[in-house]
Amino acid sequence: MSGLTLFDKLWDAHSVRSLDTQTALIAIDRILLHERTGGIAMKALAEDGRAVRDPARVFVTMDHVVDTLPGRGDRTIMPTGTQFITQTREAALAAGVTLFDLGDPRQGIVHVISPENAIVLPGLTLVCPDSHTCTQGALGALAWGIGSSEAEHALATNTLRVKRPATMRITVTGLLPDAATAKDLALHIVATIGSAGARGHVVEYAGPAIAALSVEERMTLCNMATELAAFTALIAPDEKVFAYFKGRSYAPGASQWDDAVAHWRCLVSDPDAQFDREIAIDAGNVAPMISWGTSPEQSIRLDQPVPATLAGPAGHAAARSHAYMGVDAGSPLIGLPIDAAFIGSCTNARLSDLRKAAAILQGRTVAPGLRAICVPGSSRVKAEAEAEGLDQIFRDAGFEWREAGCSMCFFAGGESFGAGERVISTTNRNFESRQGHGTRTHLASPETVAASAVAGHIVDPRGYR
Amino acid sequence: MAFQPVRTVTSAAVPLLRDNIDTDAIIPSREMKSVAKTGLADGLFAGWRYLDEKTRTPDPAFVLNAQRWAGAQILLGGQNFGCGSSREHAAWALAEYGFRAIIAESFNPIFHGNCVRNGILPVALDAVPIAALDAVVHIDLTTQTVACAGQEWPFHLDEESRAMLLDGLDPIALTLHDADLIAAFETHDRAARRWAWEPLEGSLHD
Ligand code: SF4
Repeated sequence: MSGLTLFDKLWDAHSVRSLDTQTALIAIDRILLHERTGGIAMKALAEDGRAVRDPARVFVTMDHVVDTLPGRGDRTIMPTGTQFITQTREAALAAGVTLFDLGDPRQGIVHVISPENAIVLPGLTLVCPDSHTCTQGALGALAWGIGSSEAEHALATNTLRVKRPATMRITVTGLLPDAATAKDLALHIVATIGSAGARGHVVEYAGPAIAALSVEERMTLCNMATELAAFTALIAPDEKVFAYFKGRSYAPGASQWDDAVAHWRCLVSDPDAQFDREIAIDAGNVAPMISWGTSPEQSIRLDQPVPATLAGPAGHAAARSHAYMGVDAGSPLIGLPIDAAFIGSCTNARLSDLRKAAAILQGRTVAPGLRAICVPGSSRVKAEAEAEGLDQIFRDAGFEWREAGCSMCFFAGGESFGAGERVISTTNRNFESRQGHGTRTHLASPETVAASAVAGHIVDPRGYR
Repeated sequence: MAFQPVRTVTSAAVPLLRDNIDTDAIIPSREMKSVAKTGLADGLFAGWRYLDEKTRTPDPAFVLNAQRWAGAQILLGGQNFGCGSSREHAAWALAEYGFRAIIAESFNPIFHGNCVRNGILPVALDAVPIAALDAVVHIDLTTQTVACAGQEWPFHLDEESRAMLLDGLDPIALTLHDADLIAAFETHDRAARRWAWEPLEGSLHD
């Protein structure tokens, strides 16, 4: 008998019973909701005459459609956004669940506030009707994105009927070069294995390069596992993670802490564990990356030219991407003028991300006519950044300094960058019209976005450190 | 919520043969205007379907607008169909528009689950047979086969999804049969993993 993977241990510990050869009834420890999809789940459940089984396990935040302009309230630029906010609030109050409403210091993007408040913990199962829930696997929890019907199921039963995913380990050997960030690593991996490269698999990231990442950098990496079509991502929790959680709002208290840590220390794949797939990535080969097309897999090193059209169906997709993005095969992206820069989202809007961008912006200003926006990932990140004066650096550089939320990570009919505008962005998706109808999105790290904002065109951040 | 069971689907199949058709493309976020599961068919593929979204002027070049595919219940796609956001609105919009099955090379897992829960049969087939489906297509879930123009190909759907689609089952009702088992599991877990439960009890929870 070979050993168990970290995933096997989490799965077994939460398996109430097996339903058939592939599917089990899995106990769910925490449920997160937001106003974009959570309101509808709670409302539909209530309309079916069903109750939330354990409201203490359910946390709701306002992040997706709320405005991020200063002085915001329930009114939104998105035409029907107010309805999402008020209906989610009403449903949350009626269900008796915990709500981090507008104005609450704990409000923010769901995948940022959950670790911040220790709602997610190593060894827990956590679900949220949002595809980037995989972010939270960075803390050693089995956390994955679900649809609304599944959210109703989890709310009503504290379980889900889950088809067991296959396992895959991505071992990242060596260490990231100084110039490369966790975002560059994430883009490098999706460019290497493709946007369906981990379909049906739970990906465990392991290896020295992962151990060396900070807890926040691990979240950036795991955030983009959904761009590989993974079931979710996982990283075995270590001392950094334990230290991260100590003293946070919903972390185990003093009387339970030692037990918790003892349990968490067992959350590793056994040395002889067998994975369905194994991939090795050499961190030493990772350099600053940027996306050129309309899928995260269409990413290249900053110093590479835009790839040419390939033969066959992939070539068709590439030609479409070239046309949409207004880039030419064989041309460099460096030097391409940009209209806007966006620093935000659950990928790259935690305190360490803002610090890295601010270090580049300090004493510099953004190019004339360029629109630059910084949206902290949570109200807490915003407050901490302000306490150390980062907001002033962003403002002095010419950035808008916003309230916390998803903001222009995605376009829901509210604010957008506009058709044909070229945006360099710290977000995770560059799909057609993701940030606005016809908007052209280039994904990159906070450093690359900050440096490009200063230059007014795409640049390599290495010259700006 | 229960839906119409799906055993067979017989229809022309609309070829939208692109890879990575994401849920933003299927139902753009701007088309999700209310806190409801309905009223979405009009927004299906809005970014591709209309020359002008405001006036809803159809783009004659987009496949769904061709007269030949009016009323079709099967949609064909490429690899990684339904990637991107987990929004179930994508499945609701497809179902409301009238699609009962999607045949694609592969599916995003969340989207796959959302289809099954809303009475849309996801069929994974290779590119070659998909390209050949240019006459009336007959999908039979009981035999797990796709037939077209005298040819037949097998496909596989996992047991749980199959049972749900064939019977139009409500998974919540199904799971509630195990309520005692869930309660017993929790009683044991609450003692074994005090640290996971204690933070949710008492004064911290507000
Ligand atoms: S920040 Fe963007 S990717 Fe993250 S949850 Fe919000 S909308 Fe989704």
